Amino acid sequence: MMGSLVSYLYVLSAVLFVFSLKWMSEVKTSRRGNWAGGAGMLIAVVATMIAYKTQHLDLVIIAMVVGTAIGIPIALKLPMTAVPQRTAMSHAFGSLAVALVGTAEYYQRLPEIDTFTMTVLAAEMILGYLTFTGSTIAFLKLQEMISGKPLIYKGRNIVSGLIVAIALGSAIGLIIAPTHPYFLPILVVAALLFGFLLVMGIGGADMPTVIAILNSYAGLSAAALGFVLDNQVLIVAGTLDGASGFILAILMCKAMNRSFASVLFGGFGATAAGQGAAVSGEIRPLSVEDAYIILEGASSVVFVPGYGLAVSQAQQAARELGEVLEKRGAEVSYGIHPVAGRMPGHMNVLLAEANVPYDQLIEAEQINAKMATTDVCVVIGANDVVNPAAQEDASSPLYGMPIIEVHKSRTVIVLKRSMRPGFAGVENPLFFKNNTRMLFGDAKATLQALVAEFAEK
Amino acid sequence: MHESTTPLSINLLIFLLSAFLGLGLIRRVSKLLHTPLMSLTNAISSVSVVAALIVMAEPKNKMIMIFATIAVALAATNVISGFMITERILRMFKKDHGGKTP
Repeated sequence: MMGSLVSYLYVLSAVLFVFSLKWMSEVKTSRRGNWAGGAGMLIAVVATMIAYKTQHLDLVIIAMVVGTAIGIPIALKLPMTAVPQRTAMSHAFGSLAVALVGTAEYYQRLPEIDTFTMTVLAAEMILGYLTFTGSTIAFLKLQEMISGKPLIYKGRNIVSGLIVAIALGSAIGLIIAPTHPYFLPILVVAALLFGFLLVMGIGGADMPTVIAILNSYAGLSAAALGFVLDNQVLIVAGTLDGASGFILAILMCKAMNRSFASVLFGGFGATAAGQGAAVSGEIRPLSVEDAYIILEGASSVVFVPGYGLAVSQAQQAARELGEVLEKRGAEVSYGIHPVAGRMPGHMNVLLAEANVPYDQLIEAEQINAKMATTDVCVVIGANDVVNPAAQEDASSPLYGMPIIEVHKSRTVIVLKRSMRPGFAGVENPLFFKNNTRMLFGDAKATLQALVAEFAEK
Repeated sequence: MHESTTPLSINLLIFLLSAFLGLGLIRRVSKLLHTPLMSLTNAISSVSVVAALIVMAEPKNKMIMIFATIAVALAATNVISGFMITERILRMFKKDHGGKTP
């Protein structure tokens, strides 16, 4: 490696990254963790600039100024509901950066590239380019610039398999004959295409898993680059990121009772729809006044938010209602399902932004333990994550998925726009249960009307 | 230039230890913080800016230089917005209504 001062700076930087993640484990120390990460980054960049005196300092500075000029407004102006999109976009940026560096390094090293370096470079470029297009599509879907529905067509897996084969084939070609002029462009195009198709085939509710997988890929490709450049701080940081995405993806899959493979190749919405036992029964609609009477008498209330909360921007209104109930002596908490929303932890961030204290944000297992003694559950724009068919109906595609067991509480009030089924296209027997009342309308407007009811009386 | 002086076995060891450490650390992260965790790791993995800087040190031709420059800009965007967004999100987590930050 390079000069010893620089090596020690890299060590310091890597240690800071590790502590950054360690401190991120709880809210109390999390901000320290973020600053440690920032410090590690600064040290790594400074050390590199010392070690590799660039011939193009002007370009480096311009690029950094441009990056800063784009980054600051994004960070300051971004509404919290758009955090999933931002995350997808940053995966796209990060992976494109890594892919471009890999490509540049390939041309830099020509004509002599040893087999190991070429293998890692090829893997790195495939991961980098496919994550780039995949994340771009995820961004467009989350931003609703294109339809969020999975693109399903006949022979989809054959087409995908063919493209993977082409990518791998050109990678092997490159490893055997690194100087061949065609293999690299073919590899790049195949990887780009594969990432595109991969995420086009994925629906909205699978986004948390997909974002986590793409996060993992982006990290792993950075780590691969570390091997090529013999740069240990890259290996450490990239691997930590890869591990993080991997764990989050596993947690998301567990929370949906699905496997990696079924998320990536299943096309959930289309294949699962229409299965499961038909549900029939009576829907019991409720007026705002009646909901007020139920809530007024409740001594414990649990709010269960879903993606609908983000869509109708109802987090402030939910917090206001929660506060009113708390002032009247009720015990108020929020039950958070891991896959509610469009990315891991999405609901927590929205509710924290609305000033809900974080000790009221309760994980699914803990909130389920309290369900039997809960007077009222208010379901806000959540559907599949509270669907009792996951426990009761073995023929349901949701069967086995851990849910928030709102149906076990005394009364369930479901805030819903209409009777449309949830993302999975599965009927929700919750709506027909004896203890369920449906409160139709826009979630935010409904919650505000309820707060107004309380203010009047 | 960077002739590989670190043996592959050492780099592999670093990779594996980082992987185990990462898996252990992330598992302990509270579910509350999964979103800021993602924005933080995102910013951290944009240490790939270092890779771009290394390639930019002595680029053999214009195309290599352009690729690396774009990479520096992209990674810098991620670094800046990543850490800043994480800070913004973490500041929102409060223990009681409208009260003190942790």
